[in-house]
Amino acid sequence: MRIFERLFPVLALVIPLAGVVWTIDQFGSASVERVATEALIRLVFAIGLYIFAGNSGIVSFGHMTFCAIAAYATAWQTCCAMLKPITMSGLPAFIRDNTFPLLPAALTSIALAGVVAFTSGLILMRLSSLSASISTLALMFILNVIYSNWTTVTMGSSTIVGLPVYVTIWIALGCAVLVIVIAYLYQVSRWGLMLRAAREDEVAAQASGTSLYWSRLIAFTLSGFVAGLAGVLFAHFMGTVSIANFFLNHTFLIVAMLVIGGMQSLAGAVVGVTFISVVIELFRRAEVGFSVGSTQISIPAGSQELILAGIMLLILIFRKAGIMGGKELRWPWSVRDDGTVVGVGQVRLAHSADSHR
Amino acid sequence: MAYFIQVLIDAVALGSLYALVALAIGLVFGVMKLINFAQADYLTVGAYSLVIPTAAATPSMMFGGLPWALMIFCVVLSITVLALITERVAFRPLRNTDPTTLLISSFAVSYFLQSLIIMFHGGRPKSVSIGAALTRPIDILGLRVGGVQFLTMTVALLLLIALVLFLKRTSIGIQLRAAAEDFSMARLLGVAANRVIAIAFAISGILGGVISLLFVIQTGTLDIRMGIMPTVYAFFATVIGGIGSLPGAVLGGYIVGILSVFLQAYLPEEMRPFRDAGVFTIVILILLVRPQGLIVTSAAKERV
Repeated sequence: MRIFERLFPVLALVIPLAGVVWTIDQFGSASVERVATEALIRLVFAIGLYIFAGNSGIVSFGHMTFCAIAAYATAWQTCCAMLKPITMSGLPAFIRDNTFPLLPAALTSIALAGVVAFTSGLILMRLSSLSASISTLALMFILNVIYSNWTTVTMGSSTIVGLPVYVTIWIALGCAVLVIVIAYLYQVSRWGLMLRAAREDEVAAQASGTSLYWSRLIAFTLSGFVAGLAGVLFAHFMGTVSIANFFLNHTFLIVAMLVIGGMQSLAGAVVGVTFISVVIELFRRAEVGFSVGSTQISIPAGSQELILAGIMLLILIFRKAGIMGGKELRWPWSVRDDGTVVGVGQVRLAHSADSHR
Repeated sequence: MAYFIQVLIDAVALGSLYALVALAIGLVFGVMKLINFAQADYLTVGAYSLVIPTAAATPSMMFGGLPWALMIFCVVLSITVLALITERVAFRPLRNTDPTTLLISSFAVSYFLQSLIIMFHGGRPKSVSIGAALTRPIDILGLRVGGVQFLTMTVALLLLIALVLFLKRTSIGIQLRAAAEDFSMARLLGVAANRVIAIAFAISGILGGVISLLFVIQTGTLDIRMGIMPTVYAFFATVIGGIGSLPGAVLGGYIVGILSVFLQAYLPEEMRPFRDAGVFTIVILILLVRPQGLIVTSAAKERV
């Protein structure tokens, strides 16, 4: 029972997700299944971003970088054996002339994203939190400029097509569950708690022996790996890779999802992604138009973006901590005041989330 | 040598532009700890206000068709009003929250404005020509200088000087600097919070309007993303200058502008497309040596 209570914040997210996926798999149309798969991949990315931004309180606008790096890396390894020597002639010979199996390709791509996150983190995490936030943006611009112009290797701004498409809704769900577990284990770990302490009060945390630099760097690297996983999933879900997909628009969407759900808890990330995915899909369909009786009704194109930005601003003004208010879902019948009954990590987490508001 | 001097003039012209944008961002940051992403969209909206909202690729003129003095006035006025509206509607309710929340909210405002432009003007780039007479090269002391570069440099330097005089000599300018130094102390000494914040936004709107015109004269195109690059450069200008320091913002603006032009001029041909990446990398390397920026202010460190 104690184990169940400790794992409740994870189970309360994973079980409903699995239920929804099962329902869609059984009864949903193909288009609904596609939308749900995409939402699950976005969830993987959002949780990657949450691991850093939620725990450290530093928003990163640059995580699309790691996503793009992994997506391109897996494209180089698995895509279009016949065309590759012509379209991407600048690749090293052993990649250009060979096609690699999917799983090793995915793992090396994720590892590459993680390594890039670690290396850039070595520099960026030295900065104060606001400067770091802005500098993550620089990271994304650097990558965007390089990949859009490195024509012999990335095909510049044109789209790489012909990647094997293997990401089904169940694979996306599996990855989402995996990263939820990773994110949870990290945030109740020693390093996660230190980072959350630094988020609440930098000075007090440093005085208690927390290294801002190392705790942030670990989170940044871990979130780089997870963002890389999201990149691989994107690539093998769409079957195409284009640098334009890894830029400001997508970044905005994911940051909006996190902010609306509540940046400071895992439950917030999941709720935000789910909520916004549903809202966007509804408005997308309304933009296409639907018929009531005999009249065709549609809303002007582009109103979906306006609504999204509007919701985000309203949330920021009226409920800054997001829908979930920075709280995890907790076992409702546990004895809260007694630290021996509730998991230690949970008590501290709950405390930090409450005191922040 | 003549080439070098031409490059230098280009560099000073672009540096002055970035310095102006950085100063606009620095002023707003000084008074309310907001790094304003929406500055990019002040530039874009300013440029788009020249034409009538249609989806056409070569649209007919709105403000762009007016006599030039009236055109400048109308564009600057409408962007100033836009800046004040965003302050009133989006940023004032958030005034006392942390800088990160403010940064995200300005991201949302920026996205909102951008979507509005797409809704009215369509997403494709448009061509527009104003000030065609200004693009002719002119001779100064035996050097041929592009008319646009000369105009940009003159206008930017004049604005910069005017702004410095305003900040140093007038009462409201001194209040602004005091507020940027220490907002709560300034308020205790009788500086009206709403007024200085509104003035900071008004200045950022005025600068946005003027700069958008300069950009349109230079490029002759309208693009949804036209404001983003200068603004992102200006962000870095404020970061390497030392966040919260106004002289730092100007210094940083010149550093990124000059770096950018010199890389463009002296990189080998096949490396030139990577210029922006080079500038950002150098900026990050500067931060590696001085994480707090070149001019460190009290705003950089949190008070205990």
